[in-house]
Amino acid sequence: MPGPDLLSSQGLRLDGRRPNELRRIKCKLGVFTQPDGSAYLEQGNTKVLAAVYGPHQAAKSKSSTDGVVVNCQYSTATFSTGERKNRPRGDRKSQEMSMHLRQALTAAIKTELYPRSQIDIYVEVLQADGGAYCAGVNAATLALIDAGIPLRAYACACSASMAWRAGQPEPLLDVGHVEEAAGGVVLTVAALPNTGSIALLEMSHRLHMDYFDVVLSRAMQGCRDIEIILDRAVRDHLAEGWTKQDIVTI
Amino acid sequence: MWTTKTFLTKTKRGNILKIVREHYLRDDLLCGSAACNICPHKDDEFVLASNPESICALFEYPHYLVLDTNVVLHQMDVLEEDALTNVIILQTVLEEVKHQNTAIFQRLLEIIGNKKRKFYSFVNEHHKDTYIERGPGEKPNDRNDRAIRKAASWYASHLSANNVGGQFPKIVLLTDDEGNRKIAQEEGIVCCSVKDYIENVNGFVGLIDKLSKNVIPESCSKDALYPAHLTPTQIHSGIRNGKLFQGTFHASRDNFLEGTVSVNGYEKPILLQGHIGINRAVDGDMVAVEIFPEEEWRKPSDIVLEDKADDPGDLLEEEAVLLNTAKPADNNKDEITPTGKVVGIIRRKWRQYCGILMPSKFPGATRHLFTPAEKRIPRVRIETRQSDILAAQRILVALDSWPRNSRYPLGHFVRALGPIGDKDAENEVILLEHDVPHARFSEAVLACLPPNDWTIPEEEIKKRVDLRSICICSVDPPGCTDIDDALHARPIEGTTADGLVKYEVGVHIADVTYFVRPNTALDKEAAARSTTVYLVDKRIDMVPDLLSSNLCSLRGGEERLAFSCVWEIDENANVLSTKFHKSVIKSAAAMTYEEAQIAIDDSARQDQIASSLRVLNALAKKLKRKRLDNGALLLASPEIRFQVDSETHDPIEVQAKKIVDTNSMVEEFMLLANVSVAEKLAAEYPQCALLRRHPAPPPANFTTFLKAAMQQGFEIDVSTNKSFSASLDKAQIPDRPFFNTLLRIMATRCMQQAVYFSSGTKMQDEFYHYGLACPIYTHFTSPIRRYADVIVHRLLAACIGEDVTHASLLDTKQADSICDNLNYRHRQAQYAGRASVALNTHILFKNRVEIEAAVVLSVKRNALQVLIPKYGLEGPLYLPSDKFTYNEEEHFQICNGVVLKTFDELTVRLSLDSTNLQHRKLVFQLVEPHIPGFSYVPEQAMDVDAKTEEKKEEKVEAKKRKEARDTKVKKKAKK
Ligand SMILES: [Zn+2]
Repeated sequence: MPGPDLLSSQGLRLDGRRPNELRRIKCKLGVFTQPDGSAYLEQGNTKVLAAVYGPHQAAKSKSSTDGVVVNCQYSTATFSTGERKNRPRGDRKSQEMSMHLRQALTAAIKTELYPRSQIDIYVEVLQADGGAYCAGVNAATLALIDAGIPLRAYACACSASMAWRAGQPEPLLDVGHVEEAAGGVVLTVAALPNTGSIALLEMSHRLHMDYFDVVLSRAMQGCRDIEIILDRAVRDHLAEGWTKQDIVTI
Repeated sequence: MWTTKTFLTKTKRGNILKIVREHYLRDDLLCGSAACNICPHKDDEFVLASNPESICALFEYPHYLVLDTNVVLHQMDVLEEDALTNVIILQTVLEEVKHQNTAIFQRLLEIIGNKKRKFYSFVNEHHKDTYIERGPGEKPNDRNDRAIRKAASWYASHLSANNVGGQFPKIVLLTDDEGNRKIAQEEGIVCCSVKDYIENVNGFVGLIDKLSKNVIPESCSKDALYPAHLTPTQIHSGIRNGKLFQGTFHASRDNFLEGTVSVNGYEKPILLQGHIGINRAVDGDMVAVEIFPEEEWRKPSDIVLEDKADDPGDLLEEEAVLLNTAKPADNNKDEITPTGKVVGIIRRKWRQYCGILMPSKFPGATRHLFTPAEKRIPRVRIETRQSDILAAQRILVALDSWPRNSRYPLGHFVRALGPIGDKDAENEVILLEHDVPHARFSEAVLACLPPNDWTIPEEEIKKRVDLRSICICSVDPPGCTDIDDALHARPIEGTTADGLVKYEVGVHIADVTYFVRPNTALDKEAAARSTTVYLVDKRIDMVPDLLSSNLCSLRGGEERLAFSCVWEIDENANVLSTKFHKSVIKSAAAMTYEEAQIAIDDSARQDQIASSLRVLNALAKKLKRKRLDNGALLLASPEIRFQVDSETHDPIEVQAKKIVDTNSMVEEFMLLANVSVAEKLAAEYPQCALLRRHPAPPPANFTTFLKAAMQQGFEIDVSTNKSFSASLDKAQIPDRPFFNTLLRIMATRCMQQAVYFSSGTKMQDEFYHYGLACPIYTHFTSPIRRYADVIVHRLLAACIGEDVTHASLLDTKQADSICDNLNYRHRQAQYAGRASVALNTHILFKNRVEIEAAVVLSVKRNALQVLIPKYGLEGPLYLPSDKFTYNEEEHFQICNGVVLKTFDELTVRLSLDSTNLQHRKLVFQLVEPHIPGFSYVPEQAMDVDAKTEEKKEEKVEAKKRKEARDTKVKKKAKK
């Protein structure tokens, strides 16, 4: 069948996960003191930092009476990939990712509460091992919560891809770098699982219509699983009682 | 849901990259044993029996086997026997096998998939208790051995832990690595070598014969005959610093001590000579070669050298005697070829080989030599106790290894194919040697078929265009049972703007895709086979008989589903419009070419069939004219057909194929349909349309051909296909009508193969079909016997909305891999067909000697390639070098003033040389022109001739008695 073997005959993926399993997610809120909110998130070997400033008064040019302006900046550390690449800040890829971030997060934030204001969200990818955008959205959500900004729902992002097992299609959840590089299609979804609405949907290649629904529903299931994990992290953080003892300074 | 227990990283070092990969360990993996009550198995997840019966005398208690990687790699033929059951295949092993040999890996998966064999694949690399990390400085192989031992001891304790009764299966580790066995024993694991185990198995006769010979490591130099091969690391660094070259080894057909390797950086292939120069490379292997300094370069020897018949033991002959190693005296620099030697093997490309056993002269010996049917493969030493039985059989043998101290490679017997000379056994050899999948269709495939009494359902008829009332007929070779095309033509109302009469012409193709649905077992089998293979007396179907000869075959008078291509064409054969649709048809008549020709010629016939055939014939002639004007080439290849005896299936007569007008009538419309479909597909699917292209031949291909034509006084212009076609037309010799055909036969040989490709993989201007002179082409008209057409049908049906698309159909990569397989299978099918013709020619000439007219096709150094036009047979007429002188510049042979050159007409004597059972060949002897001392003198043969005359008469009698049936050799629309 098409594509390389991403699933073994026993139904395990290259890294030992089953098709419907996420990578290990570790996260922490409030990792910096300087910003209003911050979070660190690991999804497998993908590691991201998110920081939130605001809401504060918007620059005149951007100011809007309808609601808060969400300003996102997505960047990738030079040491984040196996091969060192010196990417200028704000290259095309980062710009695109910034826009996607903004789209997903704007959907989650109750923007109407802060007219004529601005929220700045910075996401830095420290290590990229597939699904950096998803990890970025998840981390940013935590950072927004840390900053105390009212949200409609958790914004969670997750990817899914297609594999074949014994000739049957089997979608894979939370695609890692190895699976991504194998060349299959990767469907990225940012959703508000609570409301069931989709904030962003992106596909890397063409995918036949027959398979779209199964892949999408698997990605949505991933978003719901991530929401549970994020929610638990937030509750744990709150239980710590705002002690801010684990502050990391860079 | 969230089952990750421990998280570890694996580090891999590439060039400069540090790659960190996640590796999850799990606690939900099952051991697969019915004796276990710890793991949460579901009922269908028990693979290994709870109380397996031991078949080995060494271990008389119930046990499971654990195999190491080398056992799987080397002993596949033993594993494929039904003897060993209850075997644990570790993931470590599975992955190593996959990495090292995909063919073996596939075979292993096959066994694991077979429920009866009770092979369980255990994911030890992701099990929390059996995963081990590679220690610092530990070699990957050692680490894997340790992982296998770890899993084996885990199983042993896991199974014993939960069985209070004391009855539980033990674990036996099979490994041929002595060091590994020693450590395992220290760790308390029961282990054994494969040889010891198999030799003590009770009740499976012949299992021992399948044992692969133990591999002696390359480093062992005891009694070595050959120099050691370099290690992979040495080869790698040698290639990198330019000292070594890599390429595929091609053994010479004529001389077993010679071969070549084509490498990058050298225009000519590198010559390898002698046992040491070839150093155990076998045809097809990927090897590393070292090239000698220029002063040691030699020229390829022209001699024929076969391996001697008797087994000299493990000695290498004095090669100087066998090989003319002296540097050539004449300073003909052209012939000097870069020469080198094999220093290492990068990858073996061994498969299983057909051949015959040459039993040892010593009675009771178990070591014998095996001679493969393929001349380029060296003889193989095998061990068997059944040599008496096998000596008269065609057998299949697998190669195992070629240690340094063995003159011959070592192999083992796989299975017998049947008695030598038996028609079925010989056909089996042809099919195996050409890798033609020919096993009976599996149950899964047959389950996809409709019932035998299937009729077209009403609702299907409603969905389609009903053409049952239209007079449609099919025209095919006699005896054809897989009719995949039918035609109709009728005048329609109105005229064109220029006042021309309009016709509606339809080509109706069997709707195979209605039955062969994508991704079913039937579809996969058809895709793997890719084509129906026609042997002289046998047809190996691509789809089961029910479809190929019945439900899909457009038989006369029966309602069938079809895919139609219907044009409006004016009387000058201009296409006015094209439409495609699925339809139901009822063919009015299934005719042979000759019947159709008679119907056209018989002016008394005024029925619908005859008149529609006449319209078709007239239009076809105009279409053909147009095509030729465009520059299409009319090529020719000698095609022969056998008449076979209906009972013995032996050929009784051979004749060159007759071509009548109606052949080309059908062909023209098939071409038109194919072009129409190709245009539609290319427009609809820029990325994944399956098309067929024919690249223009490189000018160098024509050199000899042009020279030969020049000798006859014709200048052929090969700059474009149009000029080529025109100058071929002009090259006529009035009193030699066959000359032009001969010229075309030779032109055909200069061509390249046409190939399938996916539109996404080539630029638009590469789509061109040189032979047909059309910018785009595909195959649409024979879906019963070509898988390419099945794909084309699906694509076309999807784009006109008559069928659904499916994902794999639209994937460029997949389309590309389908094309690769199609091209490979088609080539093999063609070769298999030729081999079958050769086999039948040999049977036909077994008791015959004939004197026939012949023409010279080409002149070689030591032979003339001659063609017998009457039979379409060709072969070499050897010329001894002591009598003949070869003129290389002008390509002719001369002896006593008699010049023999291309296109010369000769008389030759044909007989069969059966001295070598494997390679019987037709012998051509020169009769005319007479060369004293060389030519065959007919006077001597008067007796023989008389005898053959008698025999012929007997044969004619026999022919009358038994109704001779035509063969099913069907080579339609062959470009
Ligand atoms: Zn168990």
